[in-house]
Amino acid sequence: MNMNIQELLDHIEVEFDEIEKGTLHANSSIRDMEGWSSMHALILIALVDNHYDVLLTGEELKNALTVQDLFDVISKRKA
Amino acid sequence: MAKLSIDNIKIDAIYSCVPSQRIKTSDYALFSEAESLLFEKTTGIKERRVASKELTCSDLCFKSAENILTDLNVNKEEIDVLIFVSQSPDYFLPATAIILQERLGLSKNCMAFDINLGCSGYVYGLSVIASLMKNGLRKGLLLTGDKSTISTSFNDKSTYPLFGDAGSATLISYDEQADKMFFDLHSDGSGKDAIIIEYGHSRFPYNSFLDEEREYEPGVIRSRNHLALDGMKVFNFALKEVAKSITDCLDFASVKQEDVDYFVLHQANKLINDSVRKKMKLTEDKFPMSIGEYGNTSSASIPLTICVALQEKIKNQQLTMLFRGFGVGLSWANVLLKVGPIKVKIVEYD
Repeated sequence: MNMNIQELLDHIEVEFDEIEKGTLHANSSIRDMEGWSSMHALILIALVDNHYDVLLTGEELKNALTVQDLFDVISKRKA
Repeated sequence: MAKLSIDNIKIDAIYSCVPSQRIKTSDYALFSEAESLLFEKTTGIKERRVASKELTCSDLCFKSAENILTDLNVNKEEIDVLIFVSQSPDYFLPATAIILQERLGLSKNCMAFDINLGCSGYVYGLSVIASLMKNGLRKGLLLTGDKSTISTSFNDKSTYPLFGDAGSATLISYDEQADKMFFDLHSDGSGKDAIIIEYGHSRFPYNSFLDEEREYEPGVIRSRNHLALDGMKVFNFALKEVAKSITDCLDFASVKQEDVDYFVLHQANKLINDSVRKKMKLTEDKFPMSIGEYGNTSSASIPLTICVALQEKIKNQQLTMLFRGFGVGLSWANVLLKVGPIKVKIVEYD
C-alpha cells in the first residue's frame, strides 16, 4: 500500500473537529492540540486502525510526538 | 477450544429493567462543555439510568423476571434452573440467585447459582444455561446485569460518566424443534488489571485495606475500592479481538455475514462498535445500539439493546443474530443463534 502523509493529515483533520482545516502539518505536535485528552487518543487509534489496518499500542502513540512520527510508526508496521 | 453447538434450546422472552432516574452526560459537573461533547461523540452516551441507594441489581433482575412470569403466564414449577450473572451481588454470601429463587416463588427443586462475570456475562450465561438445559430441563431463567454506578468514583472522569444500571431476564425453554446455538468463548487473565476493583474481597479485604482517593492522572481521582479502567488497553483489546472472533464464530456456525440480520454487541463505547462495523464493511442498521440512552450496562447490555432497538422486529419474526460480549477479565464470547418471534419489554423500577 502506497502511503502518503498528506492523506494521514487529511484524515486527522476530518476526524478532529478541534483542528482547523489546513492547519495541521507533518511536524505538528498532536498532543499540543487544545483540550487533548485520552478520548482523542482513542479516536486516533480507531482512525489509524480503520484507514491503515494498524492497531497502535498506547506506548506507540505515547512515543509519537508529531504527525510525522505517527506516519513513521504506521509505515513501519505496514512494511 | 471452547466452541459449543447446542441443540434443543429456545429463547421465549427477553425483558429488561432500568431505574427511572436519568443522568445526562452534560450534567456531569467535572466535564467542561467541550469535554462533555467529545465524550458524547466518542462513547455515544448522552444519558444513563442510575439506581437509588437502596435499589440493587437483583431488584432490577427480579422485576424483569416477575414481569416475564406474569405476562407469559409461566408455571413456576417448570423453572428448573435460575442463573444470576453479575459483579454486583446483594451480599458477599449467599449467592444472589438463591435469594431470587425464593423471592420469585420458584420451586425448591430449581437449581440456582451465580456467575461472576461482567460485560461478557450474557453470552457466557447463555452458554451455561443452554448446556445445562439441553438434556431436558424444562425452563430456565437467565438473569444478568449490574449496578455499576456503586463502584465508580465521582472524581474519576474515565469511569463515572460511562456506566448505567440495568437488569435483565431471559426465559429459556427446552424445545426439540429449536435451531442450534453456536458459541465461541474466550478468556485472557493477563488483562486482569485493565478493568479492576482491587479492594474488597479476599486479596485486599475492606476491613484491613480501606483506601483514600488519590490522583492517578489528571481527571482520574479514585481509591482502590473503586472501579479502575485502563481505557486504552480495553479499547485495543476490543479492536484486536472483536472483529476477528466474530468471523471465527460465523465460520463455526457456517453462516455468512450477509445472512445475519443483526450483530448485537456489548455496549461499551460507540467508537469500538463503529470500528468493528467499518472493518466488517456493514451498515449502521445491522448494529443496534442502546448506549446513547442507557450507558454501558455491563451484562445487561445485549438484552437491553434487543429490548430498546429490536422490539418491533423480534415480536413478529425470527431473526438470525450474533451476540457479542467482551470486557472485564479479560473475557469475550460470541453466540450465533435464531431468536423470535418473542415478547420483549423494558420496565422501570425504583
